[in-house]
Amino acid sequence: MFEQVAGAAFTVLIGVAAALAYFWGSNWLLDKFLLTGDDVPGPKAVRRDKTRSSIRPWLFLAPALLFLSTYLVYPVFATIWYSMLDSNAQNFVGFSNYTWAFNNPDFLQSLYNNFLWLLIVPAASTALGLLIAVISDRLWWGNIAKSLIFMPMAISFVGASVIWKFVYDYRGVGAEQIGIINAIVQALGFEAQAWISVSGLNSILLMIILIWIEVGFAMVILSAALRGVSEETLEAAKIDGANEFQIFFSIMIPQIMPTIIVVWTTITIKVLKVFDIILAMTNGQWDTQVLANMMFDWMFRGNDFGRSSTIAIVIMLAVMPIMIWNIRQANKEEGTR
Amino acid sequence: MISAAFRRFSLGRAAAHMALLAFVIIWTLPTAGLLISSLRDKDQLAISGWWTALTTTQRNEVVRLPKADAQVKENNRFVIRGELFDSGSGRTLTSFGTSVQTIGEGLPGDFLPMRDGGEISVSISGAYEWISDQPLTHTRGPRVFFNVGIPPRFTFENYVEVMKSEGIGRSFINSFTVTIPATIIPILIAAFAAYALAWMSFPGRGWIVAVIVGLLVVPLQMSLIPLLRMYNGIAGFTGGEARGYLGIWLAHTAFGLPLAIYLLRNYMVGLPREIMESARIDGASHFKIFTTMVLPLSFPALASFAIFQFLWVWNDLLVATVFLGSSEKTIVLTARLRELLGSRGDNWEILTSGAFISIIVPLIVFFSLQRYFVRGLLAGSVK
Repeated sequence: MFEQVAGAAFTVLIGVAAALAYFWGSNWLLDKFLLTGDDVPGPKAVRRDKTRSSIRPWLFLAPALLFLSTYLVYPVFATIWYSMLDSNAQNFVGFSNYTWAFNNPDFLQSLYNNFLWLLIVPAASTALGLLIAVISDRLWWGNIAKSLIFMPMAISFVGASVIWKFVYDYRGVGAEQIGIINAIVQALGFEAQAWISVSGLNSILLMIILIWIEVGFAMVILSAALRGVSEETLEAAKIDGANEFQIFFSIMIPQIMPTIIVVWTTITIKVLKVFDIILAMTNGQWDTQVLANMMFDWMFRGNDFGRSSTIAIVIMLAVMPIMIWNIRQANKEEGTR
Repeated sequence: MISAAFRRFSLGRAAAHMALLAFVIIWTLPTAGLLISSLRDKDQLAISGWWTALTTTQRNEVVRLPKADAQVKENNRFVIRGELFDSGSGRTLTSFGTSVQTIGEGLPGDFLPMRDGGEISVSISGAYEWISDQPLTHTRGPRVFFNVGIPPRFTFENYVEVMKSEGIGRSFINSFTVTIPATIIPILIAAFAAYALAWMSFPGRGWIVAVIVGLLVVPLQMSLIPLLRMYNGIAGFTGGEARGYLGIWLAHTAFGLPLAIYLLRNYMVGLPREIMESARIDGASHFKIFTTMVLPLSFPALASFAIFQFLWVWNDLLVATVFLGSSEKTIVLTARLRELLGSRGDNWEILTSGAFISIIVPLIVFFSLQRYFVRGLLAGSVK
């Protein structure tokens, strides 16, 4: 155990030292071999200067680009290729993995569930986040409240799953219920139930976990955006006799719309990627399967590279529109700078 | 007029207070329940809700009395004495009986007839006395059923148990082993790249920025299979292990880079141009400007990213499962917790304390460095 900790500490040192040595060393070499001292004639010095400044950015970028291309860019293309190979990634099978997927009831169920998740989680998180941001900005203890509501963001999906599994816990007929939901249900005179296995409802219960985590994120960002709403327009609206609701819906919302879209898309992407909650709560049983967990399942239990790659591609395709939109936004900003 | 406006105003205020309070309660209650439960006695935890943690719980228990050879003769009577439960535990007897159905029959101090002869009485502290005029001859001890009030008890036993026998302690170290290098190493690499993208001009810069923005949202699912195969291939070639700390450090470094570069570049672009330019005119090289000016000035952004990366790596399950596996030497907290959910699904004393140990570190980081975290969130999202 001590060795392990020492090993980690050593890695930090080695990693940082190697990075520093690389950056400093390559920079030094560049200056050394393309000297522009007083003894170098003018035109030559200018040429060398140019060469150096065209090389230097790439020295700075090289390690990052190496990592990104090995771990993110290359795999994207490899996964596309694997999705057309068989389970051991040996033989080319064309689109048969795709036809398999779209004829597989589990996959279709996952698509349907993912669709529901995409419909509900970003909308609910953004709306609740906005509501809490609006309320808490007017109250003296708003910051404490925000801090507490923000807290789940720091909790892992597995940790959150344990927390909520305890909330939904069911102890059998006649037993004392220790899950708070069932206790409340019983106190209201209804029958306690194993909620997690109630098909249809259980997906919603899983979504609540992600909403619980994401509302804090939406709240913090929207609250900052609300503070940026111009005072003048608010004043003008008040003078014109607009009531609170009118001010909120026709002045504030339009002004923070770009931020709402960013929050919405960010949560959408998270929804597509999240698998931990489903894995920990139901592992896709009782009609709760989603694409990300199904992919994980086919990769680890099914050991089928072709099929799991195919599911990954479907997730990627769903992310694609947001990715393109993000890149466009970034390019637009680049243009104004 | 004024009073009507005032009333509406204060009513709205009250509603706002109530609504926010409701949200806060809903948002904190699940975590509070987990924390309270993890500190409760595991027997109580299993039979009563955590919201009753401060009240006495009632529980039915059963004890088998000793055989006839335990009897002593006192004043021509035959007596067996003993305790149904440890009298020092603070438990109190509510009622007792000789069968499940008659558990409420005897109150503390009452005498109930025994089938094997004689009568039994149990005191409130659990001490019983079985008295018979005839010698007792039973060869199998009869059972006494009783309802006992258990006072609330809070303990760290659950924590000790999960740390030791459930392997959470080991996983805690493993999680740190993964997280620290995976948080620190990307920072420097990203900082240099971000500086180049922010303050150097070269052909293709716009393209690289666009690719990085795109990579920000690429699902990790796209990377796993090719990387797994690559790792297996390298391990087969060198004869090493495909799964290990080095592999996951490198993977997390790479997966953290898009956000790191993006955050840092956005921050560095905002640094005052005049300072950079005057330094350039004074003959400072890019390397020097970067190390002596930009890096120190970017501290808030570096801190934001470090917190993000720390939380992300610590809380990650996917990458850890793929690149590290679940051997005792490497399994991280999230993976262990997931295993416990499968194997100890009903043992809430283990799950609650295990979960709390896994979330305490991110919570500390989060609450102590919330300022930087929020700043990073805003920089990363609001465009």
